[in-house]
Amino acid sequence: MNAPLLEARALTVTIAGKTVCRNLDLRLEAGDCLALLGPNGVGKTTLLHTLAGLRAAAQGEILLDGRPIKNVSRRRIAQRLGLLMQQPEDSLPASVLEIALIGRHPHIDFWRWESHADVNLARRALRLAGLEGLEQRVQSQLSGGERRRLDIATVLTQDSPTLLLDEPAHQLDLHYQLALLAHFCHLARDQGHSVIMSLHDVNLAVRFCAQVLLLFGQGETMLAPVTSLNAEILSRLFQTPVTAVHTPGGTVFLPG
Amino acid sequence: MPLAGHADSRQRTNSVTLSMQTHVRPALLLGSLAVFTLIAFCVALTVGSVPLSLGHVVHALGGGGDALTRTLVLELRLPRAVAAFSVGGLLALAGALMQVLLRNPLADPYILGVSGGAAVGALLSLLFGLAGYWVSGSAFLGALISMLIVFVLAHGRGGWTPTRLLLTGIVVAFGWGAAISLLLVLSDNASLRGMLFWLMGDLSYRSGGWLALVVLIVGVVVCLPFARHLNVLARGETLAEALGVAVRPLSIAIYIVASLFTAVAVTEAGAIGFVGLVIPHLLRLVSGSDHRTLLPGAVLAGGSLLMLADTLARTVIAPEQLPVGVVTAAIGVPVFLYLLNRARGPL
Repeated sequence: MNAPLLEARALTVTIAGKTVCRNLDLRLEAGDCLALLGPNGVGKTTLLHTLAGLRAAAQGEILLDGRPIKNVSRRRIAQRLGLLMQQPEDSLPASVLEIALIGRHPHIDFWRWESHADVNLARRALRLAGLEGLEQRVQSQLSGGERRRLDIATVLTQDSPTLLLDEPAHQLDLHYQLALLAHFCHLARDQGHSVIMSLHDVNLAVRFCAQVLLLFGQGETMLAPVTSLNAEILSRLFQTPVTAVHTPGGTVFLPG
Repeated sequence: MPLAGHADSRQRTNSVTLSMQTHVRPALLLGSLAVFTLIAFCVALTVGSVPLSLGHVVHALGGGGDALTRTLVLELRLPRAVAAFSVGGLLALAGALMQVLLRNPLADPYILGVSGGAAVGALLSLLFGLAGYWVSGSAFLGALISMLIVFVLAHGRGGWTPTRLLLTGIVVAFGWGAAISLLLVLSDNASLRGMLFWLMGDLSYRSGGWLALVVLIVGVVVCLPFARHLNVLARGETLAEALGVAVRPLSIAIYIVASLFTAVAVTEAGAIGFVGLVIPHLLRLVSGSDHRTLLPGAVLAGGSLLMLADTLARTVIAPEQLPVGVVTAAIGVPVFLYLLNRARGPL
């Protein structure tokens, strides 16, 4: 049997004296699409960064392709696992295409330049992110939403089997929320990728993901099929009343 | 609908433009810069108190010609042109590296205090009436000490962030600045002029010349293979880490290498301003931000600018000499402002 793409065993993650999750077991296989839900500051980003091997877990183990991630080289991790970050960092100016091509870095040998295949991957990702025609633009001339789509295009260019997406819907208009989340969903379902995305919109999670991982705080977590979500659980999760409205299109959760 | 995608002729035109972007254009840029460097080199060898024809210079370089021409070319102008090129190239390279390390377009080779340490070393030895290798030796020592202080202090309990490094460097540089003022006040009139020239940057005190060139060549050979890593690091530390770059070792290596380049340049020619800050930007404006083009381009541009500036510095009011730092600013400031004003995008 193949090892799962990404696996957490008895994972405990802490940050600044706060427990994000305790004894979490998680298996991500090809085809899985998991939504990560929880209130602000509960540690969604910290958990994603830990799963990406960027910070150490307090306890437990993370396995990438069946190998402990701490024994896997950074370059190999980057070939197998892509991370969409929530916050942009300080950076120097560069063009849209240059930034998207950065995603190919882990795949290109030390002495080589980007091949035509790499450039085509970047162009396809930019087209998916609706940035076609802006390739030569400088990043600082993009709007906030366009920059976010450029970050997404960079992760798509990286083309790794596992995708950890920290608020992929953030800053996107309705069209791109639906289009890009549908694309991630398609990558999982039809192309054998596995995806975890942290979301603030419960309804997007319901619409696109098969499973949810809820972070309640104090280390309490719940991993469940998305169909088991209900108003009671969500009210407790966000500490605010949530109502389930049944529509012909499915169940919709509304605050209040 | 963007998701539909349309592979039409327009896209094909785009990919032609792109292949020009990634291969032909850098080659063209580096080619023109190489030609420009050659021209600057010829100017540096032919122009001076005794104007020489190109034929004479070539003859003298081959070991022929009369004794005076040979002395002029081989012993005076050639070492000085080589020193100018090396120092300019080193400063531009160090500046480009510092900008990536600190992810700050305002960073220059001196921002972390290396030149301040070197200046204190050099001025101390000038104050004691020492000359020649004593001055350059103590300048290099001062630069190394400053580099070490900043490295150790910036490595606080919270780790090694660009902001912490920048603040540590700037504060240490302020300390050196105060020490420099103190040394200038304490010095007598006779040595004051030499000190001011050293501080402005001046190639007439050059020590090795060829050593700086060797450092420059080794430096380019060492840095170029990592240029794509620099592209990634320029996007941010966590992103670079997530894309497989070993950020910590790379950052430490950049710091050490850029500081050493700066130390060698400053030891050779004093604290020549402007080149290290503006040449990398000039290249960013002209060629984009791929460090595989930017690093060699900056070396050629910085080197030729300094060769031309030095030629001007020793001829404009000959037999008196100007500090070359004044000339680099006089040439560079208008050129840069013009390009900055004309540029549509970056920065």
